[in-house]
Amino acid sequence: MTNSSDIPRTPPRKSATFDDYTLAEIRRAAATGIYDIRGGGAKRRVPHFDDLLFLGASISRYPLEGYRERCGTDVVLGARFATKPIHLKIPITIAGMSFGSLSGNAKEALGRGASAMGTSTTTGDGGMTPEERGHSQTLVYQYLPSRYGMNPDDLRRADAIEIVIGQGAKPGGGGMLLGQKISPRVAKMRTLPEGIDQRSACRHPDWTGPDDLEIKIEELREITDWEKPIYVKVGAARPYYDTALAVKSGADVVVLDGMQGGTAATQEVFIENVGLPILSAIRPAVQALQDLGLHRKVQLIVSGGIRNGADVAKALALGADAVSIGTAALVALGDNNPVFESDYAALGTTAGAYDDWQEGRDPAGITTQDPALTQRLDPVAAGRRLANYLAVLTLEAQTIARACGKSHVHNLEPEDLVALTIEAAAMARVPLAGTEWIPGFNGKI
Amino acid sequence: MNLSSNTSTSGLDLAPPSVIDLEHETVRGLNAKMHGLSHGTNHGCWRILNPRGRHAIVAGLDAPVMVDIAGNVGYYCAGMNKQAHVVVHGNAGVGVAENMMSGFVHVKGDASQAAGATAHGGTLIIDGNATARCGISMKGIDIIVKGSIGHMSAFMGQAGTLTVLGDAGEALGDSIYEAHLYVRGTVTSLGADCVIKALRDKHKAELFEKLKAAGVDGQVDISDFKRYGSARTLYHFHIDNASNY
Repeated sequence: MTNSSDIPRTPPRKSATFDDYTLAEIRRAAATGIYDIRGGGAKRRVPHFDDLLFLGASISRYPLEGYRERCGTDVVLGARFATKPIHLKIPITIAGMSFGSLSGNAKEALGRGASAMGTSTTTGDGGMTPEERGHSQTLVYQYLPSRYGMNPDDLRRADAIEIVIGQGAKPGGGGMLLGQKISPRVAKMRTLPEGIDQRSACRHPDWTGPDDLEIKIEELREITDWEKPIYVKVGAARPYYDTALAVKSGADVVVLDGMQGGTAATQEVFIENVGLPILSAIRPAVQALQDLGLHRKVQLIVSGGIRNGADVAKALALGADAVSIGTAALVALGDNNPVFESDYAALGTTAGAYDDWQEGRDPAGITTQDPALTQRLDPVAAGRRLANYLAVLTLEAQTIARACGKSHVHNLEPEDLVALTIEAAAMARVPLAGTEWIPGFNGKI
Repeated sequence: MNLSSNTSTSGLDLAPPSVIDLEHETVRGLNAKMHGLSHGTNHGCWRILNPRGRHAIVAGLDAPVMVDIAGNVGYYCAGMNKQAHVVVHGNAGVGVAENMMSGFVHVKGDASQAAGATAHGGTLIIDGNATARCGISMKGIDIIVKGSIGHMSAFMGQAGTLTVLGDAGEALGDSIYEAHLYVRGTVTSLGADCVIKALRDKHKAELFEKLKAAGVDGQVDISDFKRYGSARTLYHFHIDNASNY
């Protein structure tokens, strides 16, 4: 007779579907009755630039000499209709982030770092502050559905105007800045009572659809005497058609933001389940520009998960004219820095995972309006770090471009790339490494 | 009802107006001329002929000029206006005086959607009706509509006043913040968090001032109006209000 204790037992087995995170979220939802809100972009694993490789030079391709032969990085944005297009020294811009979601010191630091490297920063919901105008050599002014702080003087003070239709973290979503971050100054800029939860609309109040957008763009051009480049920013959802419609409406520049792009605060379920990875969105957008005969004439800026010079180079090789960074810029300033680990632990999180930007308790002093916390960020030192980081991104992109024999980073092309996975090959429309197979390619790219 | 108010520049004791005929001049040419005016300009009076529904007419003005437009205008007439006094002798398309900062815009006919949208200041008078989303996201403007307004008017209205001598459509003041709404006629329905409020003396005084600005004080009885505003129950997110967000 066998003793029951002698029977081999399988170890406890957790469900792949109901994993620990899922179970915890169910319990959290059951306890609170409210969805999870957080900042940042999609955290799930999606096909990304890591799934692409450059081929480099070989017998049939001549490389350029590093440190000797020039590899250009400049970019002109907005020459289609604007009489004063923007000239940037590097093809890496700073994405729109508001004063309100970010501290004044953080906005100043972004301006300092970007200006040192000859590139642009972008306002956000809530309007333009004198500090960010003063510290940003080139400033893009966002035109958002809420129109908080919108006025013609700032419109004319800007170097370009970005009409925001959506963003990658939440295509089709508005926003909510919780009361903790509605300081007296933020409230005044937005014409709202102090301390309330401030909602931002998801649709523009005075136009609907591409035909109206064309007239809206005409109005903005008239108000600014056709001087300013006009960008149209969309979240990656239907990139071919959205790009085509933005161009048809008269955009000088299209900004395409993938689901990895960050937000100040949105529902977790929205961030993780709506929109496309940027890798899948670039080629359809470029295709739209090519079909219209306007590739390189209407510029394409892509964003969402740009981290290093390889990501920059890959985005440009797929056809973008420039990239935009948000999350990475905040990290360069000091966001999620392990030196604040004890503070993060007190908030129930850890450095590298902190994303409750909506609560306004950021230990790094970046996503907060708390005066004591904001003092933790030295805008001069943080700006220097951002400039350093932008320099590294640029040098890395140049390194790769030279290896591919390109005298300008814009000369990188899809033929320089292969994919490591079938998914990435299909999305980026480049061959699976070691093959000539582009999944989904039916003779028309 | 035929309530009149004379805000036209033609009856004022001013120098003869400069005339721009859009039959022979482009909107770009018109706006470039107007934007070139300095704040102390002595070119104070303008008359625009043959607007024929063109868009963005006199958008972005920033000078204390008087502008008479002889006919119908398209989208965004007097958009983002500052200081200027604009009279449209006709109907106005979408977004008349949108995001106005200051000044005065008077539409003698009807106005299309989003009249006075997001405007921070100034006064907008519409003699006829305004359709949907009148005063949407208003941020300080005073709007007086002598006729009726359409649905979703004053949606997310933050500040300023919307005075309606006629009726209001569905979902008036949905998700409203601190804008003051005065309606003389019927309201089809109120939007989320918009409620009827007591018309106290200070509100009557405010309403009188708006009616006076529109030149109809004494022509209507203030006690006929009802006041609407925010119940402020949505100012802080709460799960029990989820169906209203």
